Amino acid sequence: MRLAQHMAAASDKVSATAIEATEFPELSRTYRVMAVPKVVMNDRVQFEGALPEPEFLAAVLKAAGPAA
Amino acid sequence: MAILQERDREAVRKEFEKLRGPVKLVVFSQELEAADLCRQNEQLVREVAELTNDLATVEVLNLAIDRDRAAAYRVDQVPAIVVEGARDYGIRFYGVPGGYEFSNLIDSIVLASTGEPALSDETKASLQTLGEPVDIKVFSTPT
Repeated sequence: MRLAQHMAAASDKVSATAIEATEFPELSRTYRVMAVPKVVMNDRVQFEGALPEPEFLAAVLKAAGPAA
Repeated sequence: MAILQERDREAVRKEFEKLRGPVKLVVFSQELEAADLCRQNEQLVREVAELTNDLATVEVLNLAIDRDRAAAYRVDQVPAIVVEGARDYGIRFYGVPGGYEFSNLIDSIVLASTGEPALSDETKASLQTLGEPVDIKVFSTPT
């Protein structure tokens, strides 16, 4: 969440929501959360685990880009 | 009974020495939906706000009653926290922030207060090129 919220502060195009997975089982099921942290961007790009800043940024840019 | 231990409070106070501008913490609750968690969340947010030297204000809204506000904040779950600074940066917490998410909540309050993201210049420049909005969801557990 740390990188996500800093990117949200840096760009008005980015929003960041931290979701406590055990309190929201339905959302967790919808997004197939098997391991945490799990990051989902625009319901299009997703990954598990923490990424360093450049890789996290690349994921954000990919999520904003044209559909694959 | 307080949720935060004195040693937590001490650590948060130290982190909050970085606060500069006002922060608004908007809490969404709904007793019928998740009474205990919503109460816990409200209490936690109030305890945190008490450590900000009056820089943070807390507003508690009801998801079922304050529907327009919820829609404007795009909040559709409870308990939820919106962390706002000079503007709404789009930072939300769903669920009672515990463990690592609690640290992120504290960090987000400092971030909203200063408006200064801790990112490299390259990252900040790249983010300015975004054409489409990007909604990031980060799922975690308290441990």
